[in-house]
Amino acid sequence: MKKIFFLCFIGMISLSLQAQETSLPKVMIKTLDGQSFNTSGISNDGKPVILSFWALWCKPCQKELDAFSELYAEWQKETGVKIYAVSIDDSRSTARVAPLVKGKGWEFEVLLDPNGDFKRAMNVNMIPHTFLLDGNGKIISQHTAYFDGAELELYEKVKKLAGKN
Amino acid sequence: MRRLLFTLIGLLAMLAVAGQDFLNNATVNGSFQTDVQFYRPDNAIGIYDTTILGRKVGINGFGNINFSLGKFKAGMRYEAMLTPLAGFDPRQEGNGFPNVWASWGNDLIDLTVGNFYEQFGSGLIFRSYEEWTLGYDNSVNGMRVLLYPAKGLTLKGVYGSQRFFWQKYERNSRGLVRGADAEFSFNDAFEGMESSGFRLSVGASAVSKYQRDADPLYNLPENVGAFSGRINLGAGNFSFMTEYAWKINDPSAVNNYIFAEGQALLSSLSYSQKGLGVVLQLKRVDNFSFKSDRGETANALDINFLPPINRTHAYSLTAKYPYATQPNGEMGLQFQVNYKIPKGTKLGGKYGTGVALNFSQVNDIVRDTADKTEYSGTLGYTSDFFKVSDHIFFRDLNIEIDKRFNSRLKGVVQYMNLLYDIAVIEGHTGEEAVEAHLAVADFTYKLSSRNALRVEAQGLWTKQDEGDWAALMAEYTIAPKWFVALADQYNYGNPDKDKRNHFYTFSAGYTRESTRIALTYGRQSEGVVCVGGVCRQVPASSGLTVTLSTNF
Repeated sequence: MKKIFFLCFIGMISLSLQAQETSLPKVMIKTLDGQSFNTSGISNDGKPVILSFWALWCKPCQKELDAFSELYAEWQKETGVKIYAVSIDDSRSTARVAPLVKGKGWEFEVLLDPNGDFKRAMNVNMIPHTFLLDGNGKIISQHTAYFDGAELELYEKVKKLAGKN
Repeated sequence: MRRLLFTLIGLLAMLAVAGQDFLNNATVNGSFQTDVQFYRPDNAIGIYDTTILGRKVGINGFGNINFSLGKFKAGMRYEAMLTPLAGFDPRQEGNGFPNVWASWGNDLIDLTVGNFYEQFGSGLIFRSYEEWTLGYDNSVNGMRVLLYPAKGLTLKGVYGSQRFFWQKYERNSRGLVRGADAEFSFNDAFEGMESSGFRLSVGASAVSKYQRDADPLYNLPENVGAFSGRINLGAGNFSFMTEYAWKINDPSAVNNYIFAEGQALLSSLSYSQKGLGVVLQLKRVDNFSFKSDRGETANALDINFLPPINRTHAYSLTAKYPYATQPNGEMGLQFQVNYKIPKGTKLGGKYGTGVALNFSQVNDIVRDTADKTEYSGTLGYTSDFFKVSDHIFFRDLNIEIDKRFNSRLKGVVQYMNLLYDIAVIEGHTGEEAVEAHLAVADFTYKLSSRNALRVEAQGLWTKQDEGDWAALMAEYTIAPKWFVALADQYNYGNPDKDKRNHFYTFSAGYTRESTRIALTYGRQSEGVVCVGGVCRQVPASSGLTVTLSTNF
């Protein structure tokens, strides 16, 4: 009887542990409007997500996001992919992020991580650092640095993930 | 007996299985980086055997390992700087685990023990952070509580001692920091406001430091309080943010032991719509250095962060004269317009043209008698909040245009006009302020879908400091993995003819996923590296640099 009880107990523990989902770390950062944003809420109804860390002082980052921006409408139509661009600019330049984003006409979600909390939680050492996540928030691939044309390889992976290959 | 044994074995087996499940649900991740420099003497640029003193190799490295299981997280950071790279504070030399922490959190509460990073508002009275490239880390070793008691309300409480290189905290060896912050977002709190065009959040913080008064001369405040309030307001395309901070008297080595109160104000107003963004920022700082050791003057033990609000430039010559906040007093403004000339117009062309105009200026504040700042032990001076001194510390007017010409060619051109008080900002007493014109052209040509050639040309023209510079760079990239680059910076206008040196470099790198290896061989000119508002002097050096970075 005791044995069964133990078995049940252990079984319950392992089940309860399995029920926890693995997804992005929960860190409270800000939206462009200055509202709180919980990073575990980064999602796209089961479709792929591109998560890119950047800053105003980083030229290659802006080149990468410009490249995404040019293709975004097409990418969204084909695969439903959603892009989140996380600015790690601190308080010296957070006020300039929204005007730059709008001025450049970027249409993706932009978030502010002014003290690098999300950056640290994602183990980002240098930027640009771009993650590709599947519909469950699991990291499929990631890449540091940006060179012209790298967006094409990334998009191949997005298509594969979205089953559009 | 045998039955008992079987039961035990069975249980152990079950535990092992469960344990595996347990571990399956846990995640371990981390990151690693090491920067190695091999130095060699290079007499032309002033590096002799006596400069290197046998320290032919400098290595800075770190590794982070984080563990998480459900609501529990823990992590540690190892660092070894043996010996630190040239230009880093010599007190960086050492190895060990500077950061160890554990945290647990749910919807209501988040607890952290150990070393942590945190920021209240824009950081005017409290910010702990880390910037690897500068060797800067003022993490707090103590406890942090975050509370989310109601929708829209966030409360934070922190206390501890700050990291001071490798020096362990001991009783009275330096100050302690205690702080609390509250933020309330109306949009998150009230239903119906969530998607409203009107946005409002308010916040307030208080921070206190304790440091024993061991001064034989002065009766110094052992508890120094600082307070701040902030508002973040948005209506449609407009957004307004302001934070005001005030501090009781805090005599320190930075303000020359005057007993004046301090204050700081940071405001910004912006307007953005598709294709257009405008922002105006204002700042006033008066006697607002706030460190957990009143005797420290270097980049260490800062409790707060006073952001410089000028543009952070990204090209090597435009970044040569970076501004650093003057904590004893400054007034600054910054104005920026980003505009995208639409596609299909005469100026916009087929792809549209991006224009960014930026202006910033920082002046000294007006003190009733300038000499009084020298009088340590007094109230120092009084300063009219709205008066601006004629003394300009820094002025930067720049315009940048980026354009795609066709599917293969795109480019950026930039002009910059600069005034830089090198005597105040870099402490080069007696030197004339630098007045400079700069120009940059940066073009990328795509040879195929993955191969691209980028050429960058820069010029800096000035009669002061080191005179004129020219820089040229060519970079070939094979996306997403490979790059090689050749660059030269030439100080052709140096008033001292013997110092008209070339600073050439050759670099190459390979990146796969998040693993990056980069090599640079050549000369590094003397200068200032700034990231996120903190700057570090970099001496001239010559040799090979290897950087290896990865995460898992």
